[in-house]
Amino acid sequence: MKKIIHLLMLGWTILSKPAVHLSLGFLTISGFIAGVIFWGGFNTAMELTNTEEFCTSCHEMRDNPFMELQTTIHYSNRSGVRAICSDCHVPHNWSDKIARKMQASKEVWGKLFGTIDTREKFEAHRLQLAQNEWTRLKANDSLECRNCHQFDSMDFTRQSKRAAKQHSSALANGEKTCIDCHKGIAHKLPNMEGVREGTSPH
Amino acid sequence: MKSTLVNKARTFCMTAVLAVSSIVLPSTVSAETVMDNAPQVSTLRGTAPMNAEVMPPIIDKVENNDLKRQRDYPQQPPTIPHDISKYQLDKNFNKCMDCHSRKFADEAQAPAVSVTHYMNRDGEFLGEVSPRRYFCTQCHVHQLESEPLVENTFVDVDELIKQSNQRAKK
Repeated sequence: MKKIIHLLMLGWTILSKPAVHLSLGFLTISGFIAGVIFWGGFNTAMELTNTEEFCTSCHEMRDNPFMELQTTIHYSNRSGVRAICSDCHVPHNWSDKIARKMQASKEVWGKLFGTIDTREKFEAHRLQLAQNEWTRLKANDSLECRNCHQFDSMDFTRQSKRAAKQHSSALANGEKTCIDCHKGIAHKLPNMEGVREGTSPH
Repeated sequence: MKSTLVNKARTFCMTAVLAVSSIVLPSTVSAETVMDNAPQVSTLRGTAPMNAEVMPPIIDKVENNDLKRQRDYPQQPPTIPHDISKYQLDKNFNKCMDCHSRKFADEAQAPAVSVTHYMNRDGEFLGEVSPRRYFCTQCHVHQLESEPLVENTFVDVDELIKQSNQRAKK
């Protein structure tokens, strides 16, 4: 213990001394450059974990949610605009993103211990996994949907009658949010028995 | 007149039967005569060779006007007057029942599934939709805004009664 305290004290005396040989300018500029490199590197590494290649590099994601996504409109459609995993599952806002990334450490745990490493295990966890996402999207007012789908830019006259009715009433007055009705649009729904609301629009 | 999915399915079955019969039946006839006499059979694949990918036909527009259609005969399962693409309908979930179940029909103003759907094969009523009626699209089909592929000679039962009455008068 004494040794550790001694080492710490030694470190502090070195750090607290003014530089003898290095100029203040050198220290400032090199500090600035090091900061840029560190910050850039950190964000680049974080962005790497936001790519589809990264998400689908594990068979759990590649064989289950990614396969199911491919038949949906968020992957294949007439205009070719599409969403990747992180568009819906990771907040775009930086601080929210960091929070989500820290939560994702639990997913690393799951990967290490093979929580969903077979189709059967994935199916067994499907309801829980889905509910996690529904809760998150409900809490943030479907933020990830709204990153692309702007309510103000919705043209009700180009929607079907039923869609226009729901969007101009329940969605417009904030009573409902996207995920309340649009569950299971990018992946298959779990067994919804007992989950009363389902994807019900009312 | 707009064709139904049933029409398409019928055409498909007919062509399939034709295709099978043209292979099986003329087994005693020489190959050349078969080539000459056999009707030009066209399947959904068209005349494309088996090892080639065909360009799929453009998907016809789905009728989505929410207007009830007349039934052609009393027992006909009502057709679906709206788009049901991407509706999940499997063991886990039945999207149709989000609006058509007894519980939600009032809010959604959708026709609730009739009481027969809650009956089992012995005529007993169940609390939930009977498993044998669970998969809606076995009987109810959506409609495409497309031209009929084959001529339809269907006659409505009212027309049949009228005709038979006229015959009886004579």
